[in-house]
Amino acid sequence: MTRLAIPKTYKLYIGGKFPRSESGRVYEILAKKGDFLANAAKASRKDAREAVVAARAAVGGWAGATAYNRGQVLYRIAELLEGRRAQFVDEIVQTEGVSVAAASAQVDEAIDRWVWYAGWADKYVQVAGNANPVSGPFFNISVPEPTGIVAIVAPQAGGSLLGLVSVVAPALVAGNTVVVIANETMPLSAISLSEVLATSDVPGGVVNILTGSPAEIAPWLASHADVNALDLVGAGAIDWVDLQIAAAETLKRVLPPENGPDAATPSIDRIVAFTETKTVWHTKGLI
Amino acid sequence: MNFLDYAPAPESQAILNLRSDYGLFIDGEFVAGRGTPFQTINPATEKQIAMIANANAADVDAAVAAARRAYTGAWSRLSGSDRGKYLFRIARLVQERARELAVAESLDNGKPIKESRDVDVPLVAAWFFYYAGWADKLDHAGLGPNPASLGVAAQVIPWNFPLLMLAWKIAPALAAGNTVVLKPAETTSLTALLFAEILQQADLPPGVVNIITGAGDTGQALVNHPDVNKVAFTGSTAVGRAIARSVAGTDKKLTLELGGKAANIVFDDAPIDQAIEGVVNGIFFNQGHVCCAGSRLLVQESIHDEVIDRLKDRISTLRLGDPLDKNTDIGAINSADQLRRITELTAMGEQEGAERWSADCAIPENGFWFAPTIFTNVSTSHRIARDEIFGPVLSVLTFRTPAEAIAKANNTPYGLSAGIWSDKGSRILAVADKLRAGVIWANTFNRFDPASPFGGYKESGYGREGGRPGLAAYLKPAPYLKPAPSRPRSGTAPAASATPAAPAAPAAPAVSARKKAAK
Repeated sequence: MTRLAIPKTYKLYIGGKFPRSESGRVYEILAKKGDFLANAAKASRKDAREAVVAARAAVGGWAGATAYNRGQVLYRIAELLEGRRAQFVDEIVQTEGVSVAAASAQVDEAIDRWVWYAGWADKYVQVAGNANPVSGPFFNISVPEPTGIVAIVAPQAGGSLLGLVSVVAPALVAGNTVVVIANETMPLSAISLSEVLATSDVPGGVVNILTGSPAEIAPWLASHADVNALDLVGAGAIDWVDLQIAAAETLKRVLPPENGPDAATPSIDRIVAFTETKTVWHTKGLI
Repeated sequence: MNFLDYAPAPESQAILNLRSDYGLFIDGEFVAGRGTPFQTINPATEKQIAMIANANAADVDAAVAAARRAYTGAWSRLSGSDRGKYLFRIARLVQERARELAVAESLDNGKPIKESRDVDVPLVAAWFFYYAGWADKLDHAGLGPNPASLGVAAQVIPWNFPLLMLAWKIAPALAAGNTVVLKPAETTSLTALLFAEILQQADLPPGVVNIITGAGDTGQALVNHPDVNKVAFTGSTAVGRAIARSVAGTDKKLTLELGGKAANIVFDDAPIDQAIEGVVNGIFFNQGHVCCAGSRLLVQESIHDEVIDRLKDRISTLRLGDPLDKNTDIGAINSADQLRRITELTAMGEQEGAERWSADCAIPENGFWFAPTIFTNVSTSHRIARDEIFGPVLSVLTFRTPAEAIAKANNTPYGLSAGIWSDKGSRILAVADKLRAGVIWANTFNRFDPASPFGGYKESGYGREGGRPGLAAYLKPAPYLKPAPSRPRSGTAPAASATPAAPAAPAAPAVSARKKAAK
């Protein structure tokens, strides 16, 4: 006698909560072989805008946390990912149609990458910032600061967990908050990651995950005046030039699409890309 | 003339040896432009100084082609130390001809000679000197070993600091190994063309720097030229937006240094004498034609009246007049267009209910002038508190708590600069942390240095000029070498080809996120 399984309802992740799309729409997630796996929420323009509101509300707390604290919170996510390895492997096998070994390798890689980025939280400022020897009685220092809200189109090729981790983790390191559009056809890893985030110490709204069509949602994020930066790494197959043009209206910082297995290779550049250099001149004087 | 007045002390123009007309500087030579030449005038007298060639699309093509030839044939093959030697030469030549450049700058731009002589031109030399030393040290620019130059840089600069903006653009571009096509602003081409003569004296290889003059359409043709690899623009946010749109989807790397509406915050414990001087310098330096000008004074309510009284006293002593007079504090507005914009916005300020006070100073008969002006009772919604006026006009707002000061300071789509005046170190550090601006001056204002990065947050643009970030803006990481796959973890099989390659080990060289832009 076999037990009847309980399938999961996959939802969005906005402001630390798991809402369905306000549009009421879902789309079918199919296994590599074509079998029905689940219905995922198909996020709408309004969902995207609410995600931005949640992300904005979370900027102060996340950017204002100490670097050590952010590093620990991010590291804690890796701990939780490790505990859920089996679930991620299972979902990757189903959606990507790869072997258990390959799926395991991907999950391992993703966790290790997350740890690598977590360790940067209290170091990247030392590498990217510096004191400046100006000609005058001033203490002059340049430090990178988070730019604010980063909207991301996650990689759409295989490697659904690793691709997502490769773009979300670096944006978080500096203290940005994130609205990410998941891999459209393989979103299960993203949704499960949101469950990890919800039970970690990451404050609600720091990461917001939308499932659905990047072609439909991304334009609303690209033109949203309260989004500071746009990572188009996974937008290569959609009309990304128009997204970049829309982003120019409020002079968003934009990273272009990347293709192939090397997309979003781990690098401090991905952290610094979503920072602003602030230079402060402090007057010196014996008063 | 009473005994407190100063006798006229004009700087002599005899040091100048200007031509009656100037061509385009392409491939090391001055050539005629194919557009209709235009005049450059002295904004203090409205008299013509010289005729300037106008570059059309064909001239832009020729300049970019010359820069490309110089890049592949000469400049990119030169060693870093040789590139540096040329830049050192340029720095020295600028120092040698400093007085001549300062006089020409004040003549063409309208800024007081004491500023062009003591600020603009010395900084030009300093900028070349600083970046000269970087040319053979690019491994330390922050992009990993052996960073590569980008190619041909298209640079479009504004009229407020003509020669200084040229230096900000050209020095890091050449140090990094790029060649340049630069377009000065239409109303201030003169010193760029004198600089071209300096390049000839320095024997810089032809085509490494090309200077084309003209109006907005010349700049547009340059920025949109398909053979350009880098675009650097300083100017208005509206034009910056248009440039960001036009380079979308291309591989052109972009630096934008745009408008600002800086808050200059004066706390009740500020060193008041220094603060008054700093506020005056913050908004009236260069007639307020400064993108980082402290155009919004945020003063703590308890000291508002005292600060305003003292400001009015101080501003009443400023001398407005002949830019070439060594005693002049406020020179001429750069153009009739700019004067119109300032006049319109100040009229709007009165219309919206702010209280206007202008210094009672004699305005010369000819030329473009605007008396230093303060608006009090300004609210955050007023146009004069939101729009960049780019003139000698200060809008005064008040606050009660540091939190309110921060909120008001950040209440703008711009984020270029800000000032803090307080004697309390801990407060300065905390406020500086919370201001969303790229350059913050604590108990000083409008300081510039080649070692110090400059550039904005939000709609003030992106990228930095000056310092190490200013060099990195003209470089890209060495071509990406795919790291060897990391060994599989024990207990797992090698990754299948369907999964992404193993990431570079943390110790691997940093790799640019932009290395593989999809077409």
